[in-house]
Amino acid sequence: MKNFNFDAVVIGGGAAGMASALELKKRGSSVVIIEREEELGGILMQCIHNGFGLIEFNEELSGPEFAQRVHEQVEAQTIPSFCGTTVLDIRPEGDRKIVYCVSSREGVMQIQARAIILAMGCRERNRGNIRIPGSRPSGVFTAGLAQRLVNIEGYIPGKDVVIIGSGDIGLIMARRLSWVGCKVHAVVEILPYPSGLTRNIVQCLNDFNIPLYLSHLTTEIYGKDRVEGVEITPIQNGALVYEKSFRIPCDTVLLSVGLVPENELSRNAGVEINPATNGPWVDSTLMTSVPGIFACGNVLHVHDLVDYVVEEARRAGSFAADWLAGKHPVRELRVKTGANVRYINPSRVDPSRQNKLYLRSLIVKNDSVLEVKVDNRVVKQLKKAHIQPSEMLTVSLGPDELAQSGMDAQIEVSLL
Amino acid sequence: MPHGGHMQEMICITCPIGCHLSIEKISDEEISVTGNKCQRGAQYAREELLSPKRVVTATCRLKQLSNQTATVGQAAADSLYKPRRVPVRTAKAFPKERIPELLTLLYQHEVSLPVERGQVIIPDALGTGIDVIAERTMA
Amino acid sequence: MVESYDVAIIGAGVCGANIARRLSQYELRVALLEKEIDVSLGTSKANSGIIHGGFHDNIKYLKAKLELQGAMMFERLHNELDFPFERCGILVVALHEDEMRAIEQLYLQGVENGVIGIEMCSRERMLELEPKLSSDTVGGLYAPTGGIVEPYRFVFSLVESARKNGVELITQFNVAEAVSENGFWTIKAEDGRLIRARYVVNSAGLHADEVSKAFGGEEFTIKPRKGEYYLLDKTTKSRPGKVLFPVPTAVSKGMLVVPTVEGTVLLGPTATTVEDKEDFSTTRAELDGILKSARSMVPSISETDVITSFAGLRPVYGDDFFIDISKKAVNLIQVAAIQSPGLTASPAIGEYVKDLLKKLGLRLVEKADWDPYVRKVPRARDLSPFELDELVKKEPEYGEIVCRCERVSEAEIVKAIRDGHTTLDGIKYVTRAQMGRCQGGFCTYKIIKILMRETGMSYEEVTKRGGDSVVLKGEL
Repeated sequence: MKNFNFDAVVIGGGAAGMASALELKKRGSSVVIIEREEELGGILMQCIHNGFGLIEFNEELSGPEFAQRVHEQVEAQTIPSFCGTTVLDIRPEGDRKIVYCVSSREGVMQIQARAIILAMGCRERNRGNIRIPGSRPSGVFTAGLAQRLVNIEGYIPGKDVVIIGSGDIGLIMARRLSWVGCKVHAVVEILPYPSGLTRNIVQCLNDFNIPLYLSHLTTEIYGKDRVEGVEITPIQNGALVYEKSFRIPCDTVLLSVGLVPENELSRNAGVEINPATNGPWVDSTLMTSVPGIFACGNVLHVHDLVDYVVEEARRAGSFAADWLAGKHPVRELRVKTGANVRYINPSRVDPSRQNKLYLRSLIVKNDSVLEVKVDNRVVKQLKKAHIQPSEMLTVSLGPDELAQSGMDAQIEVSLL
Repeated sequence: MPHGGHMQEMICITCPIGCHLSIEKISDEEISVTGNKCQRGAQYAREELLSPKRVVTATCRLKQLSNQTATVGQAAADSLYKPRRVPVRTAKAFPKERIPELLTLLYQHEVSLPVERGQVIIPDALGTGIDVIAERTMA
Repeated sequence: MVESYDVAIIGAGVCGANIARRLSQYELRVALLEKEIDVSLGTSKANSGIIHGGFHDNIKYLKAKLELQGAMMFERLHNELDFPFERCGILVVALHEDEMRAIEQLYLQGVENGVIGIEMCSRERMLELEPKLSSDTVGGLYAPTGGIVEPYRFVFSLVESARKNGVELITQFNVAEAVSENGFWTIKAEDGRLIRARYVVNSAGLHADEVSKAFGGEEFTIKPRKGEYYLLDKTTKSRPGKVLFPVPTAVSKGMLVVPTVEGTVLLGPTATTVEDKEDFSTTRAELDGILKSARSMVPSISETDVITSFAGLRPVYGDDFFIDISKKAVNLIQVAAIQSPGLTASPAIGEYVKDLLKKLGLRLVEKADWDPYVRKVPRARDLSPFELDELVKKEPEYGEIVCRCERVSEAEIVKAIRDGHTTLDGIKYVTRAQMGRCQGGFCTYKIIKILMRETGMSYEEVTKRGGDSVVLKGEL
């Protein structure tokens, strides 16, 4: 069995994997990226629409362009990558970790490293997760699978489409399918407001006159061999009004009903998972409950902007390099979710330096205030013109806000 | 386009607030906008009403599709997992009303490998002065 | 030229497959006819996958006798064939004091039936045997011989063995008419194909009544009774170590919690009579009932662990197996109304039907070269890193992991396709690809491409399970 030795192994070669590897290399660590597709780039490679890189590159790029820009840096730094390689297991062994992975070219490889960066991204929630009753015809796809089939393989999944879920992936696919000649009959959303960006509502739905049904649940998919239609039921005052159910005939259903961080490898390695994010618990250095294993990107929590993924991944790489050099935070304070905050990552801060926190709102609101309190004392207030659950927020906390706090100070972040 | 006196509703997408705008077309060049919190909203409304544009992204067929005869090992992996399309986009926002025409052109077009990121695939598409460029390098 | 056979078996479910394999041991020309594009797509596809403990039914029933015989045949089949099987044990859980009387009845029945190792348990013993049980448990029954199996892989493997030994599998053959002349049945399919056979076995499951009618056999009606299930992710913390049964009612064995042999957890089945024999749809109301019932036995079961739900259909007619020589149609053996414990009894059904055919005059000459074994396909998921490494060196496609959730390699998918499983569902049931957490979100496009490469199919010919279940509708 082939054996390799690196300071760090990065699992996943998408935006997060590449960015964290770049940072580690910059700090002088030896690092390798393991990627199961035949090339680096991750999910960006199938996101051929634009809207990426406004913050990172000050340009509006498509997914492949963004990925390639980062990939070029990886090549320039001669960071090795094992593509077409699937990680089987991560086994902690003393102060080393052994990553077992396999490819058809090399067979199984044993890679020994002291640090690991988890950057495996996320998977899509599917029909089984949300349990739409009905028959099991062909023609039901998750939006990401449909995106892959259209953009990379060049196949059209169907002709008459209904999209379930108004998240960005579903909206993007509404436009994509319209542009390849399908008729998208409706987008059905369970919440009373759309999950995706307004810009996408305008450019993916309104541009094509695709109706958006808010507060509606898909209560059945029917069709014997292939999808023949869906039954939609409105929700009023929190209850399903079955008398007002109606059917939309179609031959294709796309599901855009959420993303779940992909943490099976993490769990098997003993990493504890935070049920609020479905990603690992991490401290102020983005290190998980297993010393030396760090997490960043969608595997930690689902992001909406790849620019934030890259920023987070760079920090993870930097912290991992610190850890390899024996540097650990001396003191950490806990951060709690206050009013209207769904989760905050990481949930610990190091008061001796700047910390970047990412959080999600539970509410939709204009003219909101992000408030940080330390032991009930307001230390920071940020005006937010508009907040909604599908747009991740960030807040920076450092010595300015935290230096005075005691050993067990309680930090709380709220959205008011 | 409806003439003066007709109100149109539109959501501004310049920033995340998403102001709901009410627009009235006064002449071929003049419009009146209300509901915007800033000047960018008025600008957006003007463009959107008088000359709406969108960046168009699509894929083109590859002239040489992967050779599918290999069945084992490296060659098979290469042929099975190589992409079959090149992603392309307009270099700038493209006139909205001509998008269907542009898409027809793009789906008929075949791209020969290799291609570089940013390479012009179709210059001056449909005489608009806007190029269609490749989104990635493919060998 | 119409092909002639000694025996035609109609229906390639678990009964038909067992009968086919048993008959393949003799010098006979046997045809196994199946209306779907692949085997095991009827009742055998969606069921609890349990090898029962032999205590649920009185020995006066044929189903009880065959259950007991069949249950003992699984070790040998497991050794010869390639399907997962484990004797994990069965617990029947009593949650109220008055349920203990029913438990005692089951115990006595088990003892009478000769079940080895069956015991009655105190609350303490129950919780010791299964720590995940609710603390409301007052006692129960333990049958250590109960087990779990992957039903469709069992059927696939039986059919593979039968075919290896000369049985001909004819799929997409939907029996429409049958005429008896000169000692032969001429059987016509819906699409016009014809075959001839001297003896016929009707093991057509949900459609056994229609097949019987086509042959002028006994008149009876199979009513489909649907059972809906939930499937929990293999990472769930609520997986019990043994199969958990509630105390049975008059109508059904109740809703179970089954630790499947592949590591997931099955909850269900419900029981509702439906009209349509093709109605495998799931319903919201039933699914809610499943979680409630499951939680009464294992309180830690969480909705968030559910990865999918599905439904199976039981072929209901009377309360026992209807396995007999037809009194109306010549040389026809009826194998109908095979509800639970059909899967457990199936190897014994194979024996029983062979004996019935012998009674009818079929000459059984043993083949000298009958091979009971099928090649056990190595599965990347079952191998240690070292074993996998060795295998990849010989067969590189084992290193190409197509389905990451279930760790299924390209080699296994190619083998399934070459064995004739050329639909997405067929590949799914044989290899487990598409059955994991992501339910095919990541691997489906790869499987489609492999399928097209291996079979030369165009994209329009790729189906989920044959017929009109086409997956892709256009090409850019």
